[in-house]
Amino acid sequence: MDAIILQTLNGLDKGSAYALIALGLTLIFGTLGVVNFAHGALFMLGAFCAVTVSKLFQLSHKASEATGVDFMGQPKFEDVLYVKEWFGNDLGAWLIDWSVPLSILFAIPIMIGIGFIMERGLIKHFYKRPHADQILVTFGLAIVLQEVVKYFYGANPIPTPSPMAFRGSFDFGVMLGFDPNVIIYPYWRMVYFAFSLTLVGGVFAFLQFTTFGMVVRAGMADRETVGLLGINIDKRFTIMFGIAAAVAGLAGVMYTPINSPNYHMGMDFLVLSFVVVVVGGMGSLPGAVLAGFMLGILESFASLNEVKDIIPGIDQIIIYVVAIIILLTRPRGLMGRKGVMEE
Amino acid sequence: MSNSRFTRRGLLKTSAVGTAGLAMPMFFTSQANAFTNEPTGSTVTLGFNVPQSGPYADEGADELRAFQLAVEHLNGEGDGGMLSTFSSKTLDGTGILGKKVQFVTGDTQTKSDAARASAQSMIQKDGAVMISGGSSSGVAVAVQALCQEAGVIFMAGLTHSNDTTGKDKKANGFRHFFNAYMSAAALAPVLAQLYGTDRKVYSLTADYTWGWTQQESIKAATEAMGWTTINDVRTPLAATDFSSYIAPVLNSGADVLVLNHYGGNMVNSLTNAVQFGLRDKQVNGKNFEIVVPLYSELMAKGAGKNIAGIVGSQNWDWKLENEKGARYTGTNAFVQSFGAKYGFPPSQAAQTCYAQTLLYADAVNRGKSFNPCSVVEALEGFEFDGLGNGPTLYRKDDHQCFKDVVVVRGKENPENEFDLVEIVEVTPADKVTYAPDNPMFAGGDLGACNPGA
Repeated sequence: MDAIILQTLNGLDKGSAYALIALGLTLIFGTLGVVNFAHGALFMLGAFCAVTVSKLFQLSHKASEATGVDFMGQPKFEDVLYVKEWFGNDLGAWLIDWSVPLSILFAIPIMIGIGFIMERGLIKHFYKRPHADQILVTFGLAIVLQEVVKYFYGANPIPTPSPMAFRGSFDFGVMLGFDPNVIIYPYWRMVYFAFSLTLVGGVFAFLQFTTFGMVVRAGMADRETVGLLGINIDKRFTIMFGIAAAVAGLAGVMYTPINSPNYHMGMDFLVLSFVVVVVGGMGSLPGAVLAGFMLGILESFASLNEVKDIIPGIDQIIIYVVAIIILLTRPRGLMGRKGVMEE
Repeated sequence: MSNSRFTRRGLLKTSAVGTAGLAMPMFFTSQANAFTNEPTGSTVTLGFNVPQSGPYADEGADELRAFQLAVEHLNGEGDGGMLSTFSSKTLDGTGILGKKVQFVTGDTQTKSDAARASAQSMIQKDGAVMISGGSSSGVAVAVQALCQEAGVIFMAGLTHSNDTTGKDKKANGFRHFFNAYMSAAALAPVLAQLYGTDRKVYSLTADYTWGWTQQESIKAATEAMGWTTINDVRTPLAATDFSSYIAPVLNSGADVLVLNHYGGNMVNSLTNAVQFGLRDKQVNGKNFEIVVPLYSELMAKGAGKNIAGIVGSQNWDWKLENEKGARYTGTNAFVQSFGAKYGFPPSQAAQTCYAQTLLYADAVNRGKSFNPCSVVEALEGFEFDGLGNGPTLYRKDDHQCFKDVVVVRGKENPENEFDLVEIVEVTPADKVTYAPDNPMFAGGDLGACNPGA
């Protein structure tokens, strides 16, 4: 029982990342009809927003007096952090410690901006082109973006820890009546799950309860009619592209303490996120979220030794097996709408 | 009656002329190209095949820096680095056999097919007479086989699988870097000393050749000293989040987790293990411990503070001579050269690539020929010193270097970004040496050297 609870929790945080990336993907597909293979790169760019903020907070200059010798035997000058000089030791240390959550403030405008530039500068030229062209151009863009990041940040993972307050783990088992140390779960993964639920809820609320969201939903259902009413739906869809980029970016920002970010982390999530979108149903926002969490949990269960003993290697293929089964029984995915990608 | 003009004398003449005629081109050809890419001008070309893209690109960049430095030193530029400390004195800064050294580079992408293609291109198009570098055992095994077929020497870079000088060994291939067996043999006594002889191990193993041999080696070495392996779980090489593999460790009854992972896998699995509180856990009345058999400075950097207190092994460390004395002479000379040129200390990958380039050049000089068979003969059974690892033997039986192994531990409070590990112990070469017919290395055959052409 403890293993089941533990793997469910693991699946929820994995599913959170899948759901957030898939939500952005399906948002772009549902509004603009574009299959965006650069969406994983947006997740990676978000993570590197956190790395950038963390590095900015750690900018330093050399102290004027040497405090020893370096590895070459030359006088060594300590690094003096600007942030501590400017804001004092306590506030400076706090800013460095909380650099990941604070990066959200930096990442939102940056990611929306990147989304606008991507959509206006490149993707809009491919609206009327076949999906194969869209896939090629966005996949190419993803490779370019990851090579740019590698050029500036290197290929090695960059540790970006969570604030001290969220390091360590929580003993869930005791709360549920188990022995101590049986069901342990890291604090930051709980934060990530809560954050993703809030973000998903925020996107749904935005689409559901604002006039802007209502117009976007109407445009998703019938673009031509909305256009005939004199509404500039293209402009709104461009904004939605920016919002989808921000959602992927924020998912990346908050993911950095879970695994050290590297330039190809977007590609690691991309294929799985597409499977999530297809399983959830192309263009269905609730479907993407539901499939994200479902496949995350299934993937975790498939990693259980007891399961792998019965079907060796199942952990590597479970998502694809489930995708095949669902698409055979429900060709439009779990919550797919009729007519989407069926022309 | 016969009108045939065939006479015995005529037949003999014709045969003699024909044989001479047929033999002539081959004679000239073999004189012109006694072996693949025989250098005929005033220069000789070496091929450095390193990951310049992909997840090990940073390690590849460090290897390339070391190769560039080695070439400079061979050509008499810079401060000479380890040329002055190397026990063999044939290298005098005039290139190799008086020929100026130049080099070409290839990108392995850490993919066997790409690595073979880039090595092939360097051999066929650029005329490389030796190939070196790499950061993966899969790549090393593939490129080594290619070099054997092509008739050039392969001086392996960072490759740690037993198979490279085990079942996949080749006469034209040589490995300076240590291997999984040596890591395990060096680690086991230190682990027993640090954590006792009654431990239960749960291991996570990367599901490919290096991971399998590392797991097999560490299991054999730790079980020999009394530890029990209660589970070994294979993890996909493409895995990024290891939480679902770490979670079952919590209630497995294990009190040690061995992570047979390297690169990004190691960074992520270790980070996940620390997040799940394994380092703070008490099991069977003992502190839970994590062991990472193969360390890399770049990966330690990637894991950040999570590496603190974690024990592993290295082929070499830039602090070796300062901390362990003159036995490791050459280390400081190399660190000074490398540090002056690049501004930071070299990694173990850089050191092994630098040493391999010098060893190749020296073997050519000693054998007085670039012919791969001459190089093989010069390197087989070669004992040397002064390249930073202490006295070292290139064993004839398998072309594996035998030298001391460094056992390290992640520093609790590193003073700077280069000072991430502390040296716990240096295990002498004789403790990590194994018989050529050790079952973990069985199944291969060096074969004969191939000069190609």
